[in-house]
Amino acid sequence: MLSIKNLHASIEGTPILNGINLEINAGEVHAIMGPNGSGKSTLASVLAGREEYEVTEGEVFFKGKNLLELSPEDRAREGVFLAFQYPVEIPGVSSTNFLRTAVNQVREYRGQEPLDAVKFLSLMKGKMKLVEIDQKLLSRALNEGFSGGEKKRNEIFQMAVLEPTLSILDETDSGLDIDALKVVANGVNQLKSPDKATIVVTHYQRLLDYIVPDFVHVLFQGKIVKSGTKSLALELEEKGYDWIKEELSGTSA
Amino acid sequence: MSKDNEILEEFTSKEYEHGWSVNYEADEAPLGLNENIVRWISAKKEEPDWLLEWRLKAFKTWESMTEPTWANIKYPKIDFQSLRYYSAPKQKNKSKDINEVDPELLKIYERLGISLNEQKRLQGIAVDAVLDSVSVGTTFKDTLSKLGVIFCSFSEAVKEHPELVKKYLGSVVPSTDNYYAALNSAVFSDGSFCYIPIGVRCPMELSTYFRINAANTGQFERTLIIAEDNAYVSYLEGCTAPQRDENQLHAAVVEIHAAENAEVKYSTVQNWYPGDKSGKGGIYNFVTKRGICAGNHSKISWTQVETGSAITWKYPSCILKGDYSVGEFYSVAVTNNYQQADTGTKMIHIGKNTRSRIVSKGISAGKSQNSYRGQVQVMKRASNSRNFSQCDSLLMGNNCGAHTFPYIDIHNATSKVEHEATTSKIGEDQIFYCNQRGISSEDAVALIVNGYAKEVLNQLPMEFAVEAQKLLALTLEGSVG
Repeated sequence: MLSIKNLHASIEGTPILNGINLEINAGEVHAIMGPNGSGKSTLASVLAGREEYEVTEGEVFFKGKNLLELSPEDRAREGVFLAFQYPVEIPGVSSTNFLRTAVNQVREYRGQEPLDAVKFLSLMKGKMKLVEIDQKLLSRALNEGFSGGEKKRNEIFQMAVLEPTLSILDETDSGLDIDALKVVANGVNQLKSPDKATIVVTHYQRLLDYIVPDFVHVLFQGKIVKSGTKSLALELEEKGYDWIKEELSGTSA
Repeated sequence: MSKDNEILEEFTSKEYEHGWSVNYEADEAPLGLNENIVRWISAKKEEPDWLLEWRLKAFKTWESMTEPTWANIKYPKIDFQSLRYYSAPKQKNKSKDINEVDPELLKIYERLGISLNEQKRLQGIAVDAVLDSVSVGTTFKDTLSKLGVIFCSFSEAVKEHPELVKKYLGSVVPSTDNYYAALNSAVFSDGSFCYIPIGVRCPMELSTYFRINAANTGQFERTLIIAEDNAYVSYLEGCTAPQRDENQLHAAVVEIHAAENAEVKYSTVQNWYPGDKSGKGGIYNFVTKRGICAGNHSKISWTQVETGSAITWKYPSCILKGDYSVGEFYSVAVTNNYQQADTGTKMIHIGKNTRSRIVSKGISAGKSQNSYRGQVQVMKRASNSRNFSQCDSLLMGNNCGAHTFPYIDIHNATSKVEHEATTSKIGEDQIFYCNQRGISSEDAVALIVNGYAKEVLNQLPMEFAVEAQKLLALTLEGSVG
């Protein structure tokens, strides 16, 4: 589904990603871990098409299409979803109105009829149960005055409504207490299906107790330096990232 | 090029939609302004002597005044002698029956999306159509007159209801009020007149659609709205003008009188030609709008969506004379390219327990300058009066300016005045967030700007709120919806 080959990216001339290679198939959950500044969030942003990042080398194919040639909105319409680490506030625009605009633009791109208010509302109602989100939150202005937990829950709710093929969760666990974490993880698990894939970007293994990855990759200095299964995350938890750093300097020495 | 810049590029390339003009045979005053022109206009309109005298007095006042320079706007000095002060389409018959209006003139309004055909009109909205210096027709007059509501052109009111005109003309905005009000008082040619009798709730929206067509001609209209005790009316004005390289002058006066327990809602969607991308041409819009809450428990509410004009100089105000009277001002002012807007309100609290609310939302893009100027004055006897002001500015790009000039003048210790102000920028983060959900940048800006202006747009009558949203979208194309 997603094929990343030798991806290099920089911001304002500073290289951040230095040759990422990653293959993701439908039905898989991949966790990307790594110390602060290793390029985890940059990778998420580059996949979503954030303009500040310049791709200097490499290629990314998504469902056979060259992802890097698509505008951010077309990537979204093709089914790439990014759950933001810091969701922005849009004053005066209700979550409902925002999401309906989004859903209908995606549908238009796919040659589907737009949903009228009634149909959209019933779609929303179903998804609300799935992620345990309160309707009151959705009639408020998008993310305005939301707590950290409410913002993250709203991200997962949007993901549920938009039904993306590839979901990228960028540090969705940051700032969440354990209860909120469970709710968010539960929502993500409910949305899992054999034709969809998920990338979980996280600093801690805590989230992975609830969203169990098929593969774990450790990112360091803009490269995937180690890949494994769930046990790698546990090992990291135990030994810390310094272990990876030492191991790397050991091999290069 | 950053995303913001790209959007702004797109947005500045949008053309003005109503820039066309038509040729028709016109009845025009000679160029220039002097006492004889004032007499010429008055004679043309077959006015009574008292009105001619009133005009001449105003003209003398105007001659003794100098153009105000305190506003935060820059423009070359206006040559008042190079303008024409009256231009009217020659109509085959002078009937004011809407069914007998020259079809060619009706076509102009059809093209603007304003059908004057009563059968085709949206039910519930009566329209007075003003073309250059005259009213060409008013719809639903008969329906309204059954309730005692008078809705007609100003000229007609002078003829049919001289006692009302004489009583209220200049009672809220005296001809000595300011330079442009004096000019308007001397040369005003037409406009709308509304009178809502005691206890009548006007069942339909009344509206005036102003269109400037002729070149080198100023439009000087006057609107007078009188709501008697316990009366209610909602009034809306809209305006457009052809795209011309020269600047054109529009200096209007609106007066509102609200008696005891009366309520007047006045909404404006201003879309005069704003000039081209390089700042050439466009309407100079110098307007004086003021209402008096004369009776206790009366209410006047101004809502304006200002998207057009090269220069906007306009401060719809409320004199809160009656005890417990309420004044409101809701404004969205959008400037793009080289547009300049200096707009706001005055709330003068005279009566006890008076309340006022100001919500101003400025949006600046391109190389435009957008200023809010507001005055809140609480007089000595206005005990327990309250004011709340909210002035927000939204900036798009790095080449525009937003300014706020609040004046607060309080002479009563029991009163409470609050002022809040914010300045924000449409962020790349917000746009990217929308993009990531599948929303195009253009629609994202539309969504963000409409969200920002929502509190004001919500005040507009439903039919016009939708129009106003579209207009915001067009003005900020690549940017509003």
